[in-house]
Amino acid sequence: MSGFNNILAKMREAIDNPRKVISDFENRTGKKAVGCFPPYVPEEIIHAAGLLPVGLWGGQVELNRVRAVLPAFACSIIQSIKEFEMKGEYDRLAAVVVPSSCDTLKAIGQKWSRAEVPCLQFVHPHNRSLAAAKEFLRGEYQHIRMQLEAITGEAITDDAISHSILIFNRHRQAMREFSQAAAGHPQIIDALTRHQVYKSAFFMEKEAHTSLVRELTELLNQEPVQPWQGIKAVVSGIMLEPDSVLEVFRDLNIAVICDDLVQESRQYRVDVSEEGEPLDCLAGMWQEMYGCSLAYEKEKSRVLMLRDMKEEYGADAVIIAMMKFCDPEEFDYPIIKKNMETYGIPLLQIEVDQQMQSTEQVRTRLQSFAEMIAQNAASSMS
Amino acid sequence: MEMNINNMSSKEMLGYYLNKSYQDASEGKKRGELVCWSSSIAPCEFCETMGVHMLYPENHAAAVAARHGAEELLQVAESQGYSLDNCSYARINLAYMTVQNCVAENMPLPDFVLVCNNICETLIKWYENIAYELKVPIIMIDVPYNYEYEPSERSIDYIVAQFQEAIRQMEEICGRPFDYRRFEEVMEIALDSSHWWTKAMRLASATPSPLNGFDIFNYMALIVCMRGKTGCRDTFKKLAKELQAKIDRGEAAFKDGEKYRIMWDGIACWPYLSHNFKTLKALGINMTGSTYPRGWKLDYEKADLRSMAKAYTSVGNNLSLDAQIDLKVDVVNDYKCEGVTYHLNRSCKAMDFLFHEMQTTIAVRTGTPYITFDGDQSDPRNFSKAQFETRVQGLAEMMEQRGRVCNVRI
Repeated sequence: MSGFNNILAKMREAIDNPRKVISDFENRTGKKAVGCFPPYVPEEIIHAAGLLPVGLWGGQVELNRVRAVLPAFACSIIQSIKEFEMKGEYDRLAAVVVPSSCDTLKAIGQKWSRAEVPCLQFVHPHNRSLAAAKEFLRGEYQHIRMQLEAITGEAITDDAISHSILIFNRHRQAMREFSQAAAGHPQIIDALTRHQVYKSAFFMEKEAHTSLVRELTELLNQEPVQPWQGIKAVVSGIMLEPDSVLEVFRDLNIAVICDDLVQESRQYRVDVSEEGEPLDCLAGMWQEMYGCSLAYEKEKSRVLMLRDMKEEYGADAVIIAMMKFCDPEEFDYPIIKKNMETYGIPLLQIEVDQQMQSTEQVRTRLQSFAEMIAQNAASSMS
Repeated sequence: MEMNINNMSSKEMLGYYLNKSYQDASEGKKRGELVCWSSSIAPCEFCETMGVHMLYPENHAAAVAARHGAEELLQVAESQGYSLDNCSYARINLAYMTVQNCVAENMPLPDFVLVCNNICETLIKWYENIAYELKVPIIMIDVPYNYEYEPSERSIDYIVAQFQEAIRQMEEICGRPFDYRRFEEVMEIALDSSHWWTKAMRLASATPSPLNGFDIFNYMALIVCMRGKTGCRDTFKKLAKELQAKIDRGEAAFKDGEKYRIMWDGIACWPYLSHNFKTLKALGINMTGSTYPRGWKLDYEKADLRSMAKAYTSVGNNLSLDAQIDLKVDVVNDYKCEGVTYHLNRSCKAMDFLFHEMQTTIAVRTGTPYITFDGDQSDPRNFSKAQFETRVQGLAEMMEQRGRVCNVRI
């Protein structure tokens, strides 16, 4: 298992020391990192500028300063990002890029207070099927490109963006392949480990992360598939953190067999076209996106997608990791709930709060849920 | 029975037309005519042109809450899985959609919906859910958030393309060509309504104010629900005439005198409207300023879709922080407000999350004190009478203090 352990140790190191990752990058390239708020920042443009895109997904931090500037009913990702911002944790970044995907993000871009770190705000259009929406988003990306050019003093060429698209598509593919391989080996890749593989992508150069993930997938594919005695769950939502919650999953033998989390697989669902003008291709990806609470879709394909994921992976249940105070996710939930009841798919909603101090409530809920599924399985066997 | 509109006061006209809009929609629905549910600052011009009955869930939810019928619907929504943290207008409406019964006028279900996110992003999810559940078409006018002071040209291009798509959808839904001649007429009526609404509201700035500010919350229903109809225009024309007459007579809305004037930032607490009004009035506080007059100041060049796009995207919450601050500073100054109450509305993240920056900047730029109170537009469980009373008393004391300081300086 040393191969696995070495790879996973490198990933954990990146997660635990993002400052070191950034310092190493700065020392090696003479360029800075750019912070990317969730969700769906066109990191390829940042990469093409020679800068390092890093994910800003909050974290566990005592909320002090933010309490004075933001009501308590903002989601915990934004609360912690704002706390980090006000503490000056992001001051070494060249810029931050903020999508305006929800009312909270719109406000947070406007509230950005570090004058020395420019905030590049942009909008994903909702009327995604229209050609005009793609053209608008292309314009938004061009705006980001021009602002990054002004920051670095160097042009970002089309060729450079096209090259970055290739690199990022390879990474997406590697992450999808990892997800498949991990599904067959929950004994090796438990819920927390799986999460760390995804999370490390936010703090590593894409090329390096792709290599590590591929190596990991190859090792996994060499291992025999063993029957899993625990619960197999499809997890859906924005993110599933903190680590202590994932430890509960591990303790209770609940495997995340596949996920629909923005922080994990959802962002890798759709590739960027490699044919055509690169910003046009990047904008086109948003039109192709599906099954996401933040991407308007009257058909709500997420419902059928979750059902199909459950079938495809032979999962026992769907677990909604509900980011507390996230309107887009909270509005999807009643419809998911109703449909899962119709399909007879066990569904559990657990609340995600990055600042969660105790996991006892989550543990109790997951434990009862797991017992219910086990009982149902036993009664259907008999 | 034919009503003699000319003999009615603007308040009577308000009641008459509002009632009529619900009645007409219900009767029209029975005759097979189309009904549309729309968000409150969506471009009504397209539906009005095609003679579609328009109903406004935000207005309806407010009416339900004002008549103390919110809780039972909120509980239905919660049993469906809606979070207590979601917008209470949305929860009331989505529950109403299921039970189709409430303490206010009943709304027939829509044949299609129209949504514009110039108020908030929540509307997109709310209307996505209506369209999904009822399996009806949705016309969406997505106005990108103006993170810079002015809307970008690419944003206007995108909105115009959506107007054109809305026209195409209207033709498909109505099964007949879009009537461009009527469209121009409707635009003219909507512009007139907006003009007279703004003009009437502007008269509230007189000293003493001829308008009890809480009446704005009532009159607002008409500019929401009937902007494309002549009844709306005529009502606000009448209101402007009434207010001007009061100003000419030197007559104040508060018979006992208007001691202080404030701006109210945010939506009303509909379940506690009367309590809020009485609390303020007891201290001689009139709400002369609010952002509502500007909310429907939809001024554009007739028959110019680019100009129309700019008007619809340049609405309150869709503005950048700087533009919102400028707008509110103007309200405080224009309406001679001496203090500001900020409603930290549990239902409205779009409004609340910029409060800190707005409050501190507006206070500095206008020299006015402010208070914040916790509340909710239509969930009665999220409001404390005692907290509101204490905070308002605090504001009165700060305004009193400030008045004394000003007098000393003079």
